[in-house]
Amino acid sequence: MSMMCDVIVVGAGPGGSMAARTAAAAGLKVVMLETRQEIGDPVRCAEGVGKRALCQMVKPEPEWIAAEVKGAKIYSPDGTCIVMSEDKGGAEVGYVLERKVFDRGLAMEAARAGAKVMVKTRALGLLRKDGVPVGVSAMRIGEPLQIEAPLIIGADGVESKVGRWAGIDTTLKLKDIESCAQFLASDPSVDDQYCEFFLGNSIAPAGYVWSFPKGEKLANVGLGIMGTKSKPGEATRLLKQFMKSRFPNGKVLEMVVGGDPCSGPIESATADGVMLVGDAARQTDPFTGGGILTAMQAGIIAGDVAAKALQAGNVRREGLKEYEDRWREEIGVHLARSFEFKEFFVKLTDKDLNQLLGSLKREDMTKMDLRAMLRVLFRLNPKLLWELKHLVV
Amino acid sequence: MLTVNRYKCCYCGACVGVCPTCALELVETWLEVSADCRECGICTKICPVGALEVKA
Repeated sequence: MSMMCDVIVVGAGPGGSMAARTAAAAGLKVVMLETRQEIGDPVRCAEGVGKRALCQMVKPEPEWIAAEVKGAKIYSPDGTCIVMSEDKGGAEVGYVLERKVFDRGLAMEAARAGAKVMVKTRALGLLRKDGVPVGVSAMRIGEPLQIEAPLIIGADGVESKVGRWAGIDTTLKLKDIESCAQFLASDPSVDDQYCEFFLGNSIAPAGYVWSFPKGEKLANVGLGIMGTKSKPGEATRLLKQFMKSRFPNGKVLEMVVGGDPCSGPIESATADGVMLVGDAARQTDPFTGGGILTAMQAGIIAGDVAAKALQAGNVRREGLKEYEDRWREEIGVHLARSFEFKEFFVKLTDKDLNQLLGSLKREDMTKMDLRAMLRVLFRLNPKLLWELKHLVV
Repeated sequence: MLTVNRYKCCYCGACVGVCPTCALELVETWLEVSADCRECGICTKICPVGALEVKA
């Protein structure tokens, strides 16, 4: 079977759906492929998202949100707790989503805008004519399918193939990916009001443990460790260990694992006829691991540029330059900064972490945003943070 | 040879993202290993559940 359209979006996560919605709303004929039979499942995510930024892009339906939090609590290895309020510091928290419902909701918005959504349809490779991509060969419920389109948006996640087919090397080095494991756990000691972050090289080397509440003493309790610190099964082993010490009576209702890119901005997210979005373009925040909002932002830009490039009749790499420029400006600058923080953070010993968080004990964090907090940290720990001087001012 | 313990695999795709030869492909819940695999073992390290092993 074969078909034709203007844009093929590969992957129906938040990035793909926003790209499809935007492109369809601009009048393009859009086909969005999802390899799985169910959009949004299985989840590979801690589901935390900044409230304000989300609401700037979509109007969230109540059923997308599992819980709303007041802010974040950060625990140092020695147990010191720093509290940050959502409206100030917690840009990464605010809502804890129900991704299975959320992802489907966004795909629905794309469909309502006019995109054709095809589930259980896997992209197998790019169709080329004179070396230039002219579509995607796919397998739909076990049957071959050819879709012709001048433009392909690869939103195919951490395991992205579209980029590599197009000649963009997105292979992640072990230092640029976190190995993650998470339990959806029910425990009476879950903090329903705050997203909690636990730091320490013995509990999560070069990473952290999180507990994101989903209401009624239910939480996503998970951790990520840097690939270089990982060995087979290590993330799951450490998570079980943490559960034993912090939530010994926790009842596990779901298990989630995944790899979270933390490479910082890649050299290029475009090739002739191809744009990459979200995890596929490694657009996750390297420090926090958050990638829902950045993927959505990039998706919107890609959908917008798709319409412009097709109208201008140039979908070669230079015709897609606006996407490259805009994602770098709107997301990339932040990701690069965050990458530097991560590179510094992963070198800290437990003693360093105790010193840093301990120095904030007497400060009133409720009125500070992340930037202000960093300034205070730098003022109190100039020697330890000297390397970050250029990022603080 | 790279072996996949399908009773352990949670099909998250982390291994696919780190494979330097693009030899792994996740087909929904089924991880495929192609002949391009050079048995470098990078994927075994990143696997959160320890489902991958390079066996002699």
